[in-house]
Amino acid sequence: MLEAYFPLIIMVVFGFAVAFIFMLLSQWLGARRGTKEKQTVYESGMVPYGNARERFSVKFYLVAVSFIVFDIEVVFLYPWAIQFKELGIVPFIAVLIFIAILFIGYFYEYKKGGLKWD
Amino acid sequence: MANETILMLPLYLIGFFSLAAVGLDPLFSKNKKVIYYLSLIGLLEAAISAGYALYLHTLTPAPNIEISYAKNMVSTGGMAYFFDILFCLSGILILLSSPRYFTREYKELSEFYSLILLSVSGMMIMAHSANLLVLFIGIEIMSLSFYILAGFIRIRIMSVEAALKYFLLGAFSTGFLVYGIAMIYGATGTLTLSVIQLSIQTNTINSLYLTIGIGLIIIGLSFKAAIFPFHQWAPDVYHGSPTVIAGFLSAAGKAAAMMAFIIIARAIFGGLSQNNFVKDLYVDVRLVLAVLSAATMLIGNITALVQKNIKRMLAYSSVAHAGYLLMGVVAANERGWSGILFYSTAYILMQIGAFIVISLSERNDEQNLKISEYRGFSKAHPYLAAIMSIFMFSLAGLPPFAGFFGKYYLFTAAVETGYVWLTIVAVISSLISMYFYIGLIIKMYFEDPDTQPMVAESGHAVLALTLSTAGVMIFGIFPSLLMDIAKIFF
Repeated sequence: MLEAYFPLIIMVVFGFAVAFIFMLLSQWLGARRGTKEKQTVYESGMVPYGNARERFSVKFYLVAVSFIVFDIEVVFLYPWAIQFKELGIVPFIAVLIFIAILFIGYFYEYKKGGLKWD
Repeated sequence: MANETILMLPLYLIGFFSLAAVGLDPLFSKNKKVIYYLSLIGLLEAAISAGYALYLHTLTPAPNIEISYAKNMVSTGGMAYFFDILFCLSGILILLSSPRYFTREYKELSEFYSLILLSVSGMMIMAHSANLLVLFIGIEIMSLSFYILAGFIRIRIMSVEAALKYFLLGAFSTGFLVYGIAMIYGATGTLTLSVIQLSIQTNTINSLYLTIGIGLIIIGLSFKAAIFPFHQWAPDVYHGSPTVIAGFLSAAGKAAAMMAFIIIARAIFGGLSQNNFVKDLYVDVRLVLAVLSAATMLIGNITALVQKNIKRMLAYSSVAHAGYLLMGVVAANERGWSGILFYSTAYILMQIGAFIVISLSERNDEQNLKISEYRGFSKAHPYLAAIMSIFMFSLAGLPPFAGFFGKYYLFTAAVETGYVWLTIVAVISSLISMYFYIGLIIKMYFEDPDTQPMVAESGHAVLALTLSTAGVMIFGIFPSLLMDIAKIFF
């Protein structure tokens, strides 16, 4: 059973070995000329400012969590929508229940002011 | 045979009411009582419909047969309905005792009620699972609600710490559980419990994956049930979380984890296998569980001896009770399974009752929680002290209370299957536990008070205390009431 995985193990070993050797070689053979620009933090080409360890407002997380919920909803709805005609009425009702449950959560969040920014 | 809708009604009802509690919460944000009564009605209706389905089950010629619905996802066994009623009962007890507690200690929030309903629905989904994935989804619904409930008083640092510890360790243990389920799938090629049982009987399994899977599932469920050596989170979490919720986590959560043990153990080792490997594995797994059970009882009770805080004491004693419950899984016969059912009922009643008494005398963040502060409790509050003594006697396992017969059934089940040493360990650890349970009663009755502990106005908690005391007494004096029902499921 495990013999089938032997090529995979060789692949993994060789992959690690090649990467490791190249890293060591570039360390030994490569030239090093450090300039001020090279030493600074990479911030998408902008000049970085401030501290990275700031506290974010909890609102960002709320929006992110809502986004994930509806993102996953789409993931579930998409295959159903493609097969809609073949599947018929029962999955349609199931999807309606699924959306209703999500809607209750959305309604709760909206009414409690979870989406208000200030 | 009754039709599917009636048999599934408890699940429909609890699902509907838990969603309704979430949806109606923002509409009635001024009046918290609406959601409170809605949740109570929901739990009551789910319990009544489960009771009716249980009654229908007892009418059938073979009540121990489980029937699966929804493409073998959901089953309707008698045991499932029994646990449904039990979880609804524990939810009702907690709901009754919580509004006054939360108005006093923090503030009353309707989310609490919907979270209790959601966790109960998770447990009920576990009870009705005929598929490992459904079981897992039930465990997750329950656990996620528990994490939030543990940190419910978010301004109190202990509560937040409890929630964080519970979440991190719980999420980690969930990983073990999922990996175990995946391994079982790898071994048998299916997630449906009845098909798993069939393929193990007919010897079409990969034995290596099965062994690893069973080991990982035992680890995952031991985390949830706080069984040694995975019990370290329990005292901190039960101590830090709000008192009524600590009762809920330690009683209902433990019963649910034990139920998951029963479901999986009956599926894997239920039928007699012709496979020699599975027979050997069965013996080994039972030995491992027996050792875990013995260690859990001893560690829990010995550590509880030295606790100064009453919540921590009850937390360690709840670890020990998980050990007693595990004896039923070790025995793995009819008497063992029905013993778990009986002891879970008794344990839920007495543990939640004890925590309700503590919640009544607790004050402003950590006051009146030391055991020494219960000196002379009986002088000021004779009724509460008497009720607390009943719970303590029952937890210690003295007749004529329900705890005694629960232990009796479990111990005899272990002796019947040849685990005499385990029973001896259990008896010794019960003796050890006597010291701190009776010690509290001595403090309450035979010592003079330093300061008079104030007791809160109790509200509906009186009803909850009456229910749990009556249950502990009735099932202690007439254990056959419960045992006759519990026996027919296996």
